[in-house]
Amino acid sequence: MKPFLEVKNLTVEFPTEDGTVQATEDVSFSLDLGETLAIVGESGCGKSVSNMAIMGLHNPKRTQISGSAIFNLESGPIDAINTDSETLRKMRGKTMSMIFQDPMSSLHPYYTVGNQIAEAWHLHNEGSRKTGAKRAAEMLDLVGIPDSHKRINDFPHQFSGGMRQRVMIAMAVVNNPKLLIADEPTTALDVTVQSQILTLLKTMQKEFNMAIILITHDLGVVASIADRINVMYAGRLVEQGTVDEIFYKSVHPYTLGLLGSIPRVDQSIDKRLKTIQGQPPSLIELPSGCAFEPRCEFATHVPKGLCKTSRPETTEKSIGHFARCHLSAAEIYEINRFQKADR
Amino acid sequence: MVKYLTRRLASAILLLFLLTIVVYLIFGILPVDPARISCGIHCNPIAVAGNRHRLGLDVPLYEQWWRFFVGIFAGRTYGDGAARFTCGAPSLGYSFPNNECVTTAIAHAFPFTLSLAVGAFILWMASGIGLGVIAARYRGSFIDRGVTAFVLVGSSLPVFVVGLLVYILAFFLHAIDPISQGIWVSPLSDPIGFFKNFIFAWIALALSYSAIYTRLTRGNVIETSSEDFIRTARAKGLSERRILFKHNLRTALAPLLTNAGLDFGGLLGGAIITETIFQLPGLGEISLKAVLQDYDLPLIVGTTVVAGAFIIIFNLIVDIGYAYLDPRVRVG
Repeated sequence: MKPFLEVKNLTVEFPTEDGTVQATEDVSFSLDLGETLAIVGESGCGKSVSNMAIMGLHNPKRTQISGSAIFNLESGPIDAINTDSETLRKMRGKTMSMIFQDPMSSLHPYYTVGNQIAEAWHLHNEGSRKTGAKRAAEMLDLVGIPDSHKRINDFPHQFSGGMRQRVMIAMAVVNNPKLLIADEPTTALDVTVQSQILTLLKTMQKEFNMAIILITHDLGVVASIADRINVMYAGRLVEQGTVDEIFYKSVHPYTLGLLGSIPRVDQSIDKRLKTIQGQPPSLIELPSGCAFEPRCEFATHVPKGLCKTSRPETTEKSIGHFARCHLSAAEIYEINRFQKADR
Repeated sequence: MVKYLTRRLASAILLLFLLTIVVYLIFGILPVDPARISCGIHCNPIAVAGNRHRLGLDVPLYEQWWRFFVGIFAGRTYGDGAARFTCGAPSLGYSFPNNECVTTAIAHAFPFTLSLAVGAFILWMASGIGLGVIAARYRGSFIDRGVTAFVLVGSSLPVFVVGLLVYILAFFLHAIDPISQGIWVSPLSDPIGFFKNFIFAWIALALSYSAIYTRLTRGNVIETSSEDFIRTARAKGLSERRILFKHNLRTALAPLLTNAGLDFGGLLGGAIITETIFQLPGLGEISLKAVLQDYDLPLIVGTTVVAGAFIIIFNLIVDIGYAYLDPRVRVG
C-alpha cells in the first residue's frame, strides 16, 4: 500500500538580487496516517520552507518550487506542488492544516476565537451559523479549554499563550485533517505548557488518525512524540530514520554533532558544552562538495578530500535509515568511538 | 463598555468647558478694542463708552465669560427699553457688525461648510481607500506606480494651488457661476443644482486628502499582509479575496479611523481656503471676515467654540469606533 504522503525531490528556490537562494533541495520523504515525523535542524535550514511549500503558502511570484508532494487520498492522488491553486486552497484546512510558532500573533486580534474556529469549519462544511458556533465550542472542549460555551465569545488577547496554542490546534483540526503540520508549536511557550501541548497533539492524532509533521529544533520535544526523524542541514535532508536510529545509531556527523551539543545532567560541569564549530553556509552559493564539510570533524577520514569535491548522495545505511555521507555506517561508528575515547 | 463611554463623555464635556475659557482669555488679552472699531468716524469718548456697554465689554473678563457661558444655556438679552432683543438659547452672543445673533450667523453658514466637508470626505475616503487597496494588491505593477505618482503630486500640491487650478478649469468649462455660488441650494429640492454648486469645491478639497489616504491605506494593507494571522487565514483555506476583505482590511483600516475622524471634524469648523476660492459663505469664510475686517469678537468666539466642539466630538466618535473595531481597546 502506498504511504499517505509522498514528497519527492522537493526543491524550493527564492530568486533574489544577490542570486538564487536554494532554500531546500531534493527533499524526499514519505509519511503514513497516524505517524509523527519530526524535522529537525538549525534556523534557516529549510524546515519551515519545505512544509510551507507543501501547504502552498509561498508567494508564487517570488518562489520557484519543483518536485512533488503526492497526497494519496481516498478520492485519488493529488500532487500538492503541481496542482492548481484553487484545488490546493480547498485542501488547506481540510486535507492538511498547519499551526505556527507564535500563537499570540497567529490569531486575528479582532475576531473572537469562536468566530475564527467557526470560519474554518464553514469554509469546508455546509451549515448554519449556530452549528458553526456549536462546533467551535465542541472543539474548545476537545482541546481542553474549560467553559467552552462562554470562551468562544472571548478574543485571543483574553487567553494565555498555552490556551491560544490550544485554540490554534482546535482551529487546525476542526475539519478532521489528514495531515497536521506543526511549525515549532512549543517554541514560544513555557516549558510546563510545552509538554501539555505535545500531549494534546498526540491526543488529537489518535482522535483523528492524523499524520503529523513536527518542525522543531528541540531534540527533547522530538524524542517524546516523534516516530521518525528527518535531520536537515543547509536545505537538504542529511539523515532519516526512526527515533532510536537517530538518537542511538546515528550515521551522520551533523546529527552526531547536534546530539553531542545537548546539555546533559549526567555529565561533569567542568567540561564545556560541545558545539559544532563554524556557521551554516550561505544558501546562495553552496559549496560544490558536501555542505557540512567545513564544519565536519569526520571529513579528514575521507580519502582524497572527496568531501570537498563531491556532494554525497542519499544512501541507505541500514534498512529504512538513510544518510548523505561518504562514510559508511561502520566507519562512522569507529571514528565516533575513537573521538569519544579521546575526550 | 458603559463605564468607558461615560468616562469619555465626561472628559469631552469638561474639555468643551475649558475651551470656552481659553478662547475668552485669548480674545480678552488681544490689544483690540471692538467698542472703538464699531464707533465709526464721528467718534467721542461717550459714544465709545456707550458702545462698550452695548457690546457688554464694560465688565471684567470673567464676568463677560460668565454671561457668555450662561447664555449658552439660557439665551441672552441685549440693550435696554425699546431696543431690547434676545438671542435665544443656545446663544453664543450677538454679532454687531452683522446685526444678527452669532448662532443665526453660524446657522446660515453651516450648511455650506457641512456640505463641503461631507462631499469631500466621501470623495477622498472612497478614492483614497480604493486606490490604496488596488495599489497594495497589485504592488510593484504599473498601476501601483501610477498610484504612487498620484500620491506624490497630490500630497505635495498645497490646497490653494489645487483650489485655484480647479476653479480656473471649472470657469473655462462654464461649469461655475461666480455670481450664484454664494446662494444656498438645498440638496433636497434641487439635487443637481446643489451638486453643480459643490462638485468642484469637493474635488479641490478632497485631492490632497485623497493622496494622503491612498498612501496610508496602501502602506497599512501591505504591512498587514505580512502578519502571522494572515498566514493563518491562508492556511485555513480562505480565498485571497476573503483574506483581503475580512482579515486584512479591518486591521489595515482601523488606524485610518483616527485620521478620518479628526480631519472631518476639523473641516466642519470651516475650510477657509476652499470656501474663499469657491465663494462659499461657510464657517471658514465668516470667521475670516470676522477676524480681518470686523474684529467681531462674539462671532470669532462662536465659530471657534463650534469648530472646537466638532473636533472634540469627532475625537470621541473615533475613540468609540476604535473600541468597537479593536476588542483589545475595550478592556482598558
